[in-house]
Amino acid sequence: MDKKTLLELKKKAVRVRKHILDEVYSAQSGHPGGSLSSTEIFTYLFQNEMKLDPANPKWMDRDRFVLSKGHCAPGLYASLAVRGFFPEKDLTGFRSIDSYLQGHPSMKDVPGVDMSTGSLGQGISTAVGMALAGKLDKKDYRVFTLLGDGEIQEGQVWEALMSAAHYKLDNLTAFIDHNGLQIDGKISDVMCPEDVVEKFRAFCWNVIQIDGHDLEAIEAAVQAAKAIKGKPTMIVAETIKGKGVSYMEDVAGWHGMAPDEELYKKAIAELDEAMALLEVE
Amino acid sequence: MAEKIATRQAYGDALAEFGVDESIVVFDADLSKSTKTATFEKKYPERFFNMGIAEANMMCAAAGMSTCGKTVFASTFAIFAAGRACEQVRNSICYPNLNVKIGATHAGISVGEDGASHQMLEDIANMRALPNMVVISPADAVETRLAVKASIEHKGPVYLRLGRLNVPVIFDETYKFEIGKGVELKSGSDVTIIATGLLVHEAITAFDILAEKGISARIVNMPTIKPIDEDIIVKAAKETGAIVTAEEHNILGGLGSAVCEVVAEKCPVPVLRIGTKDKFGKSGKPALLMKEYELTDEDIVKKAEEVLKLK
Repeated sequence: MDKKTLLELKKKAVRVRKHILDEVYSAQSGHPGGSLSSTEIFTYLFQNEMKLDPANPKWMDRDRFVLSKGHCAPGLYASLAVRGFFPEKDLTGFRSIDSYLQGHPSMKDVPGVDMSTGSLGQGISTAVGMALAGKLDKKDYRVFTLLGDGEIQEGQVWEALMSAAHYKLDNLTAFIDHNGLQIDGKISDVMCPEDVVEKFRAFCWNVIQIDGHDLEAIEAAVQAAKAIKGKPTMIVAETIKGKGVSYMEDVAGWHGMAPDEELYKKAIAELDEAMALLEVE
Repeated sequence: MAEKIATRQAYGDALAEFGVDESIVVFDADLSKSTKTATFEKKYPERFFNMGIAEANMMCAAAGMSTCGKTVFASTFAIFAAGRACEQVRNSICYPNLNVKIGATHAGISVGEDGASHQMLEDIANMRALPNMVVISPADAVETRLAVKASIEHKGPVYLRLGRLNVPVIFDETYKFEIGKGVELKSGSDVTIIATGLLVHEAITAFDILAEKGISARIVNMPTIKPIDEDIIVKAAKETGAIVTAEEHNILGGLGSAVCEVVAEKCPVPVLRIGTKDKFGKSGKPALLMKEYELTDEDIVKKAEEVLKLK
């Protein structure tokens, strides 16, 4: 991507982060940590990569996205709003009884959501089904899915990985948000998956390991995935949970907790400062 | 003796017949020769996907596939479809109300020799509690074919409860099937027997035994457990004043429970239930198991006599 596009995407990433904070603060619940660690992935896919039509969210030839780690709905909703699927002002209704923005993504309620998720391990399987349909219909749309690194403790994930490789779903690209933390603490302490790169390779996936906060690296990995024939691609995105908000970074406690007013203001001030730096770039 | 065909066989044949519709896709979990989806696979190999012994992934992949405009049949044994993958069916199929049809074969104790681990007796209860789910339990091959056709026409999730055992063909080509409708097979005024699946045939033979005893029984076939046909239940309660339900399922949560819910709220009359009595099955010849677990026409007759005393 050119410098101008990169700068625009960086600004949109800050905008998405601010929305994540607004959503979680308004609801006084939700999952900021993993939403913030995935922000660059969301931003690249929704603002630069995916073939979508916000005026026709169910367009049959669109690219698909499944948020397998459904609890990071704040990041997905922010990205959909920034892309124009619904008004950004609606985001603060997140999780409230009169809003369509359910606590976890609901495809029947939220324009642009391709699959209802929230129960870990299921999203990647549904993405496999979409990619199989694309092959069956000889369509050229691509299917993306985003998993948490804690999520891969679910056995179903490995069933899905096996089936995607078996059916040679090169139209499927998965991301793993490898931030190393889950609710109860470090993934390596709770239930260590050991070397995930080697595991995904052993499941016959094309595996690319990147800095998950580097938009250009994300672009390069997604383009490389498109070029690979006969294999699905797993992009292992090395990330920092809570990225962009100093006190949330690398702290498991911010997995599913909302900031109080003081901390919310501090976070917004930090993000405003990040935006100001980008404005003068 | 009528011709005998397993409902799973009729299911496979129906998929092959209606599979001419190119939007139909069939998934199986390494049981295609048992669930009879192999019949579809032989005819339409490009639209058949074996997902291996991984039912959770199969159900969710079926859900994802259905969002791309397909009518997806996902088949495995009932114990895995409604048991192992129950939460996948709930969250990935029923919650988004997707067009996935679950062809669950080998339901009930008539699985026989495989024993308790494979005899699913709780599937109606599990599936009927899920919003958006339609639950159909066909009685014979004719009804199975029509249920498959109706499932294709219905947009949304459907659970088809099918059996392993060869069972008598009850209905002929004039039989009409509609989702949500019970069918009065024999008229009667003293008591109504409401049966589903394998027990419909037993109810029909019980009718003759009861007639010899001077008891006029109405026989109702209830192929759709959800949505249940409230009208035919209320009519039976009002006109015959006593009901016996019969199913090859736990008496908790199945047809008997569904009927009791309607009767208790709309027209209270005595109801007695035939079904497995909240216990697991075991290995054995299907006919011997049906006898031991009190699921035969003679058991229906006994319950009918019993319920008459409660009127």
